[in-house]
Order: sequence, then structure tokens, then C-alpha cells
Amino acid sequence: MCTDCGCGTNKVTIDGRHHHAHDPHIGDSRKVRIEIDILAKNNEYAASNRTFFAKRGILALNLVSSPGSGKTSLLTRTVDDLKSTISVAVIEGDQQTANDAERIRATGVSAVQINTGKGCHLDAHMVGHALEKRAPQTNSILFIENVGNLVCPAEFDLGEAHKVAILSVTEGEDKPIKYPDMFHAADVMLLNKIDLLPYLEFDVDQCIAYAKRVNPNIEIIQVSAAKGDGLKKWYAWIDAHRSIVAKRDKKEG
Amino acid sequence: MHEMSLCEGVLRVIEEQAAAQDYHTVKAVWLEVGALAGVEVEALRFGFDVVMKESIAEGARLEVVDVPGQAWCMPCMKNVAIEQRFDPCPECGGHQLQVNGGEELRIKELEVI
Repeated sequence: MCTDCGCGTNKVTIDGRHHHAHDPHIGDSRKVRIEIDILAKNNEYAASNRTFFAKRGILALNLVSSPGSGKTSLLTRTVDDLKSTISVAVIEGDQQTANDAERIRATGVSAVQINTGKGCHLDAHMVGHALEKRAPQTNSILFIENVGNLVCPAEFDLGEAHKVAILSVTEGEDKPIKYPDMFHAADVMLLNKIDLLPYLEFDVDQCIAYAKRVNPNIEIIQVSAAKGDGLKKWYAWIDAHRSIVAKRDKKEG
Repeated sequence: MHEMSLCEGVLRVIEEQAAAQDYHTVKAVWLEVGALAGVEVEALRFGFDVVMKESIAEGARLEVVDVPGQAWCMPCMKNVAIEQRFDPCPECGGHQLQVNGGEELRIKELEVI
């Protein structure tokens, strides 16, 4: 029954049509206040991942970069170098293929591959499922390699302790200001492939200045995954942040 | 193109709220979008129409409420307006800015039946 006039729908017709417009029922519509963050759902999942990590003293790092920055090579080298001293686990995010997880597994370290299909980023829900599939050990380091994309992953908290942005010197030095959201969200930037600097016109100081402009607190470490330059500093950074997680864990426990 | 997943987030909220707020059709959605939220409004509009198809919000109108960017300038000790994240302070030209507005991405209001 029509609530405007009480008529039964479609019973009275004028020129073959109902005698007044039923759709839209403008008189019936009302406004409701919602005030809900669109990312709220993702943030809930992220919070539950964060609790999961905190309870187990896991340092979770979310690695973000454009495709081709050498992120997987850097990660493979990192887990290979660290695995003898500390337990490490990896979650790999790519649209398709398990190639990256296989590269990690070749080092003997466990890796879960998430394929996002059409998705351009990992979200906290996917990571939660990966944790269910294979939970990292207590007091370990979990590297989450995000989909190669400097835009979308900036918006999606996975529950990580830090975002680590990787930028290689074969890209433009102005990437931090071209993709400011990502460099703003990251706590540390690894400037990779520095062994290639002699062959390139890449202004390191300018790049660092751009990154600092977008994020005054960002730490910058220059590395070469291929030649090993700067990796000690990167591992020292990981170690320092690991002890923070471990201390926090002790306090809360 | 994470605008598509954001629209899926919008639909999820709309569907979750339907029972609690007692509605079955959504005619319009007011969305607060901050200037620094990393969202392309045109892509959002496109995604919105596609994602809302065959849902309780099919054909709903999307009203974007722009929220300007704002940051606290440490040297100036006050809030200043910024258009992009790497903008300098419009008053002192410095970059010691702490963004405190314009990152919103929030469903504000719905027109429902």
C-alpha cells in the first residue's frame, strides 16, 4: 500500500499509469547520520593483527615500493642474512603468481603468498587470513611484502609496526614528492641499488631532501641488495625496533 | 585504483547499518573526502556507481563533501591550510608541518527509505 495516499499499488491508473509517481517516494525518504570511517573495517582487522603481533612479540614490517625497486631481492637477501640469528617469516603480496614466495622459500624461510587478483594492495583482512594459515613464531620478524604500488597500500593499515618504503636509484629522485602519501606513511626509506650510482644521474641529496619534506621524521638508509652496501645499518635498524617490540611485550605481559 | 575497494567499504557500511537504522533503500550518500586522503574523486564516482549496482544503494546519488587540508605548523604554533602533503607552510615557508585535517574518508549521512 502506498503510504502517500493509502492507495493500493497499481490499482488506480490514469492513462494506463498509476495516478501519482510511486518511485521515488520522496515523502518517505529520510536522512540518517552515519559518521563511519570507510576504512573502519580495515582498521578493525588491522587492530586485531596488531594485538596478535604484540602478544607474540612479533615485529611486523610492511614493505612498500613501486614494481622493480628490488624489493624482493632486498627481502630475500635480508631473510637469508638474518635467519641464522632470529626467526623470520614472510607474507608475499602480488596480483598473480607465487614466484616471490618461491624465491623466499628457496632460502629456507617460510612464506605465505597472497594473490590479490585485481586488487592493487594488501588489506588487513587478507593478512589476518595469512596469519591463520601459518602463524609466525613468537619473537620473530614478519616481513609483509606489499603489492608493488606506491599509491594504494599507503591507505591500508595491515597492523604492522612500521611501513618500510623502498626506492631505487634507477627511479626518479622526485618519487617522494610524486607519491607523498606513501613516504609520509613510512617510518624508514631504503634507498636501494646505490651500487649503480656511478652510472646514473641520480641526486641522492635531493632525493633525501624530498623525502624529508614529505615526512620530516623519516629515516633513510642507503643500501645495495646486490652488493651488500648499507645492509648492516638496515639490520641494525631492524634489531633496534625488534627490541622495542620485545620490551613492550614484557611490560604488557 | 583503491577507490573501488573504498566503495566496497562504503557498501559494507550501508548494508550493515540497514537493519539498525531501519531502511531498505539508499537514495543518496554524503561522503566526506579530505584533500589529503589520497582519493581521486572522479575514480570514486565511477567506482561508486559500479559497486552499488544490484545493491540496496543501486542508482544512489553520491554527494562528496570536500574537507580542506590542514596542518599544525610548529614554528608558527598554529594551524595553517595546505593543499598537498608536501606543501610548505603558507606563512613561514617551513616544512615542519603536522597534518591534522583533510585525511577524512567518512560516510557522513544517508538519505534512505
